[in-house]
Amino acid sequence: MTALDLIQRDREWHPLALAPDYKTSVVRSPRNALLSLQSSDSELTGPTFGHDDIDAIDNDLIRNYAKTGDPIGERIILHGRVLDENARPVPHTLVEIWQANAGGRYRHKKDSYLAPIDPNFGGCGRTLTDATGHYVFRTVKPGAYPWRNWVNNWRPAHIHISVFGTAFAQRLITQMYFEGDPLIARCPILKSIPDQRAIDQLVAALDLNATVPLDSIAYKFDIVLRGHRSTYFENRPEGN
Amino acid sequence: MVQSLHYLKESASQTAGPYVHIGLAPGAAGFDIYRQELGRDIAGPNAQGERITVTGQVTDGVGALVKDVLIEVWQANAAGIYPGKGTVENGFRGWGRVISDFDTGVFSFETVKPGAVAGRDGRMMAPHLNLWLVARGINVGLNTRMYFGDEAAANTTDPVLNLIENAHRRETLVARADGDVYHFDICLQGDDETVFFDI
Repeated sequence: MTALDLIQRDREWHPLALAPDYKTSVVRSPRNALLSLQSSDSELTGPTFGHDDIDAIDNDLIRNYAKTGDPIGERIILHGRVLDENARPVPHTLVEIWQANAGGRYRHKKDSYLAPIDPNFGGCGRTLTDATGHYVFRTVKPGAYPWRNWVNNWRPAHIHISVFGTAFAQRLITQMYFEGDPLIARCPILKSIPDQRAIDQLVAALDLNATVPLDSIAYKFDIVLRGHRSTYFENRPEGN
Repeated sequence: MVQSLHYLKESASQTAGPYVHIGLAPGAAGFDIYRQELGRDIAGPNAQGERITVTGQVTDGVGALVKDVLIEVWQANAAGIYPGKGTVENGFRGWGRVISDFDTGVFSFETVKPGAVAGRDGRMMAPHLNLWLVARGINVGLNTRMYFGDEAAANTTDPVLNLIENAHRRETLVARADGDVYHFDICLQGDDETVFFDI
């Protein structure tokens, strides 16, 4: 039997593929309509991961690349839940993050921004959600940085997040932003999302309840993956 | 007013950006951090079936090479079974991550050729790899499939390929076979634009 279909991805909620103010999208967005495909096992199955795949320290970006001490920057806890559109937790799924350091510089051979590399900061982490869909990372708050789009564009502070779910069609990469950042409203990448509510959903709230007093401030960020569709009273042809 | 349905909305996608490698393939970004990077071995050592290499390039709407793309592969084993749907060989993950070379734009990966898989309503689908592309400038990851040029008979009856009315466009999903090497170029935009799916 085929697994239950997923709820249709709402293309009016996601960013537009062609968003001219995000210049790179102009030549990298398909011009033909996407071909709508009813799901088969090819879309409804997906890879799974276990604790043999990762190490416990992988979710601690303050320690997972430390060489001579802790990285520079504002110490933060990033936590939240991975849920589906039916508000059910997504347990034991892989969450991966990557980010710039506190100065806005990425540890990447292609990043040449003048802010320095932090010798104690790699900038990536990964973890599995627990049985209730919860995840947690410890890191430093990334800095804003300039990028070549208009002559003078600055990305708001953000952390890239990759999530799997259970079906390949749930695969998602997004970015989380920080409450109160004035660059959010000015970012062409964020403004490729037409619906302000969808933008707001990508902004993590300051969560004082989850801080570690005298140590780390906290932000809460829930991630929602596509949910499975209910199919009440559906007449299924033979073989389905 | 009516009752609220209380569904949540899927988090909006955002581009993986130019530095996706830091998170998903840090070795390519230029540093080692994890005990093991995920997605380096799709089929594992025990997989049955024909060992193959897939290679190609991704180009944009003006024909420039996309050198910062990351592609994820998801496939059945040689018996047409996806992990999680049945028993597969020990170590067969069916999933992998592939990046294009920063200088040449060429990507290449090794796996086993998948078997045919029963599709929706039980119709058989020709052997194929499911691909998901992310990169700078791609706001929502792009889904497509790679079919095999030496499976002409199976491709002819494949229910997904047959959804594509234009024969030229259908061909964008079929890799050229050269022995055990398959050449598959992906075009994001233009006359040879690859067919991408809303799945």
